[in-house]
Amino acid sequence: MADPRSLYQEVILDHNRKPRNYGALAQASHKAEGHNPLCGDHLSLALNLEGERIAAIAFQGESCAICKASASMMTASVKGKTLAEAETLIQEFRDMATGQIDVDKQAHHLGRLTVFAGVRDLPTRVKCAILPWHTLHAALHSVADISTESENDPMHAPIGDA
Amino acid sequence: MSANRSALISRPKSVFDVERIRADFPILKLRPGGKPLVYLDNAASSQMPQQVIDRLVLYQTTQHANIHRAVHTLSEIATAEFEEARRKLARFINAREEREVIFTSGTTEAINLAMHGYGRKFIGAGDEIILTTLEHHSNIVPWQMLAEEKGARIRVLPINDAGELAIGEYEKLFNEHTKLVGVAHVSNALGSVNPVKQMIAFARARGVPVLVDGAQAVPHMKVDVQDLDCDFYAFSGHKLCGPTGIGVLYGKAALLERMQPFKGGGDMILSVSFDKTTYNVIPQKFEAGTPPIAAAIGLGAAVDYLAAIGMDAIAGYESDLLDYATGQLERMPGVRIIGTAAEKAAVLSFGLDGVHPHDVGTLLNQDGVAVRTGHHCAQPVMQRYQVPATSRASFAFYNTMAEVDALVASIRNVQKVFC
Repeated sequence: MADPRSLYQEVILDHNRKPRNYGALAQASHKAEGHNPLCGDHLSLALNLEGERIAAIAFQGESCAICKASASMMTASVKGKTLAEAETLIQEFRDMATGQIDVDKQAHHLGRLTVFAGVRDLPTRVKCAILPWHTLHAALHSVADISTESENDPMHAPIGDA
Repeated sequence: MSANRSALISRPKSVFDVERIRADFPILKLRPGGKPLVYLDNAASSQMPQQVIDRLVLYQTTQHANIHRAVHTLSEIATAEFEEARRKLARFINAREEREVIFTSGTTEAINLAMHGYGRKFIGAGDEIILTTLEHHSNIVPWQMLAEEKGARIRVLPINDAGELAIGEYEKLFNEHTKLVGVAHVSNALGSVNPVKQMIAFARARGVPVLVDGAQAVPHMKVDVQDLDCDFYAFSGHKLCGPTGIGVLYGKAALLERMQPFKGGGDMILSVSFDKTTYNVIPQKFEAGTPPIAAAIGLGAAVDYLAAIGMDAIAGYESDLLDYATGQLERMPGVRIIGTAAEKAAVLSFGLDGVHPHDVGTLLNQDGVAVRTGHHCAQPVMQRYQVPATSRASFAFYNTMAEVDALVASIRNVQKVFC
């Protein structure tokens, strides 16, 4: 197992300190709220589609460093991309975080997002990294609210909490 | 700078032989990731000494059969050992009678038993239940379920900024509709020790029974249910150096006898026909089905182990640990201790400026330091302090001053990563 401390790399710490595309959009064609009730992570995501392309995207909220950096890097990655390209990234990010693809050995489009690959060794933190991507998925499919603990969430897997 | 600061705080000298005690706990020899395990999540679950592990093995290898049933020798032995464990638990909390000790699966089931057995029979529409902001969800949700079913009302005693109950408000919550008080002896999220004896005396003078959630108290102090004069006292085995899946509801015999059964099944009946079933006497009335026999016997061994060390000695040593840890964290810039009650058990909830508790927990874990991060099943407490979560170091009598130093050093590492 890789040293999970490597997850807290400079690029992730930098996006946590200075999140990109942070704030609200004056007008948005698509919006969604993401929650992780277990740790209190919460983010609001708004975007504008022009045709098939994501022309603008912004997020804001309160969360841990992994979640905030993931949101920041996600917005930077999908801005200007088509819907189909964004859906591919959502799928690939989820597969990377849950260990279903090995980014060193298999083809993907994740680019710098592979800094999150180490999260697969931290089962309790996978949801932190994935929450922004699920929220993007929900926004693109016009679902207003998602929760990591709702039963229709693809990552649903309750963590005990005593 | 920081090293100088910590050098100013001398570690208290103690006659408590913690190294001898640590030798009893095999799990403390683990080295996760090559670093010594610093286990500071005792409020969630404590570790088990070899004496309890050996007792479980002895039972399982030489004494196991079902209890209260057959006439064969093994069943008689298992029954005798199970009932001996009940006697040990009764002595440990100074219950007047053994039959006042009901074995449950843990604190949660104990409180649910009181809710179903007492609450559903004696609490009705318009009645009121007094709880406090400090309660664990397990002493909130069962009463909410009851209130919803019966049309009863829950009233909440708030806390001050230190995490102490606003005791001046307590008496004002009582009226002719008050039917029960539920209060934690020690807060799991903050460590506050609540003035339960005084609260019980006031309630009982008005004929109102009191349930004390003692899950976080019994591992850390001498508890005497007769001295407290509580009506119910609930606690878990696995926070008490015992196994999971076992706990206790203590109840006054006269009250338990008036209550309705919680679960129906074998062992809780005297006779069954399709016309009429007669329930067994206490405690069997509340122990339907085959209980966790090994776990109960293991818990009996655990309280023997704790009693041999002495709960007063444990409380004294843990108080030294807490004072030392509090002094260290208070002096760290960017660290905020949440919960500063005058009377505290050895629990330190804290926040780090600019760092989310989950990041704290993940990074401390890399140094072998196990703490709890999250809302601690006490979301009303988190709401009171307007934080989503805290990091919580909770100590046991087998923790050391050196482990407090390891916690402090690891927190400094987190601050370096996030600086």
